Amino acid sequence: MPPKVKVVRRPEPERTSYLRATLKGMALTFRHLVNPNKVTIQYPEERPVLSPRWRGTHRMEVHADGRPKCVACGLCPTVCPANCIRLVGGEDDQGNRYPVVYEIDEFRCIFCGMCQEVCPVEAIHVGVDYENAEYTRDRFVYDLDRLMEQDHPTALLWDPSDPRSE
Amino acid sequence: MQELSQTAFLVAATLKVLAVFAGVMGVVALLTLLERRIAAFIQDRLGPNRVGPFGILQPVADGLKNFLKEETMPATAAQPYFLLGPLLSLVPALVTFAVIPFASPLPTPWGVVDMIVADVPIGILYILALSSLAVYGVVMGGWASNNKYSFLGGLRASAQMVSYEVALGLSVVVVLIVAGNVTLTEMVWRQQQMGLWFAFPLSLAFILFVISAFAETNRLPFDMPEAESELVGGFHTEYSGMKYAMYPMAEYAHMLTSSALMATLFFGGWDIPFWRGDDAFRHEGIWIQGFDGEGSPVPAVLAWWKTILTFGSFAVKTSFFILLYMWVRWTVPRFRYDQIMQLGWKVLLPTALAYVMVVAVTVLSLDTVGVPYGFVWGAILTMVSALCTAVFLWVVDRGRILSGAAYGLRERYRIQARTLGREAVTPFGVGGSGTTA
Repeated sequence: MPPKVKVVRRPEPERTSYLRATLKGMALTFRHLVNPNKVTIQYPEERPVLSPRWRGTHRMEVHADGRPKCVACGLCPTVCPANCIRLVGGEDDQGNRYPVVYEIDEFRCIFCGMCQEVCPVEAIHVGVDYENAEYTRDRFVYDLDRLMEQDHPTALLWDPSDPRSE
Repeated sequence: MQELSQTAFLVAATLKVLAVFAGVMGVVALLTLLERRIAAFIQDRLGPNRVGPFGILQPVADGLKNFLKEETMPATAAQPYFLLGPLLSLVPALVTFAVIPFASPLPTPWGVVDMIVADVPIGILYILALSSLAVYGVVMGGWASNNKYSFLGGLRASAQMVSYEVALGLSVVVVLIVAGNVTLTEMVWRQQQMGLWFAFPLSLAFILFVISAFAETNRLPFDMPEAESELVGGFHTEYSGMKYAMYPMAEYAHMLTSSALMATLFFGGWDIPFWRGDDAFRHEGIWIQGFDGEGSPVPAVLAWWKTILTFGSFAVKTSFFILLYMWVRWTVPRFRYDQIMQLGWKVLLPTALAYVMVVAVTVLSLDTVGVPYGFVWGAILTMVSALCTAVFLWVVDRGRILSGAAYGLRERYRIQARTLGREAVTPFGVGGSGTTA
């Protein structure tokens, strides 16, 4: 027998007080019955406090003049394990690359946050947000404008209080 | 205080029927909500609290939903019986409340109205007769559905309810011996006269009654007919919409009735403890409070506020037992089927039989010795019952009976086999290391 295995001896049925066990159970449930600390969050009025590392709905960072920060390098669709990012890059007169089409299918996305990790210009982010319900399925494909409109905080992919992270 | 005239009696009876029916239905609706709230609280949740203040309108929403839902009719079901099942289950649950007195008599300008729908002379027998009809609703629903799960549920229901009816009836017999009559009004009166609720002088009967009542109402830990985890939905798997809703309604109505019955039989009904002023009983045509030292009757002083107070007392006692039902439901897991049968036939039935004899002998000897019916009489019976209860609990407690079939013996063989390091040869066959036990 390996040394760290703890053997719990089951009490023999003949030696177990069934009534006492039942009464103990009743006392336990009664304590929970009167316990005022319930776990329910009354959702629309109360919101859960999300971790800063929460990975939810994406958002695209924008420059001060309103252009997306994305340079259409193509790293995020490459790294995306769920293959949910569609990117078509373009180039303007000055030779700056920009996304012509940038779409994220939030249904296919598994919210791993690798797009944010891989982005060289910190353009695409996963966000601290979960309220992305829609009435139709096609509304779940976020285009570039919609991604730029999102204003929820972006996710930290590391724990700032933990020196070993990052 | 004059007698009620024929017209006044009819009017009073009609009003009482309507009030009690509406009251029972209203309470049943609220119980469905209460159960969900209590379930939630015990699990540290909040439960339904959105519809109306504190979710009080949730039953209305549920009812509306059930009315609007599709009524499915399985193609292979036996239609007439399938439709009859829910009805047959709900009606007995509702009508049993008729003979339970719920408050002290109300004096009105037209005479004294006793607060009971029908003070029929057969009292408790009426309840036993009708409540045993309820099993037909369950069995019929289970059988007519033509579904194996429903069928198993109905089968278990019939076996279980028939078995526990015996223990239930026998524990009531004990009450009858002491009360000397089968009407529930007289049982309340006898408890008032004794100055002790029957739960004390008949403690073991009370315990047996509570256990059997749990089994009779198919509540956990005896919810074999439903058994969601093994039988899908048990006997009501195939039901939908309002037909389905009638089964839970029947269950809650049964719970309400049996809680009221526990309060009446063992906790003095509408009696307010430590106060003789509310005692009232119809003795030879007049309402009396009791007898004085010479044995001549003392007239009762009836008042409307006493009716309200005693109704409050009745309501508190009944709700306590309803809460007990729910509290136990969310604490104790379901028994295995054979354990239920064992408990019913091998434990409760012999105990109840023996206890009937003990009480009968005690009552007979008390009467022979000439102890007058009253507190002392009750106290002596209390001591005898306490002894019986102690013995009963001591025997039941150590898992000698409630643990599974031959569990202890098999476990001993298993341990023996492990120590000897070879196969265990048990009366149950050659069983490896016995782990399949």
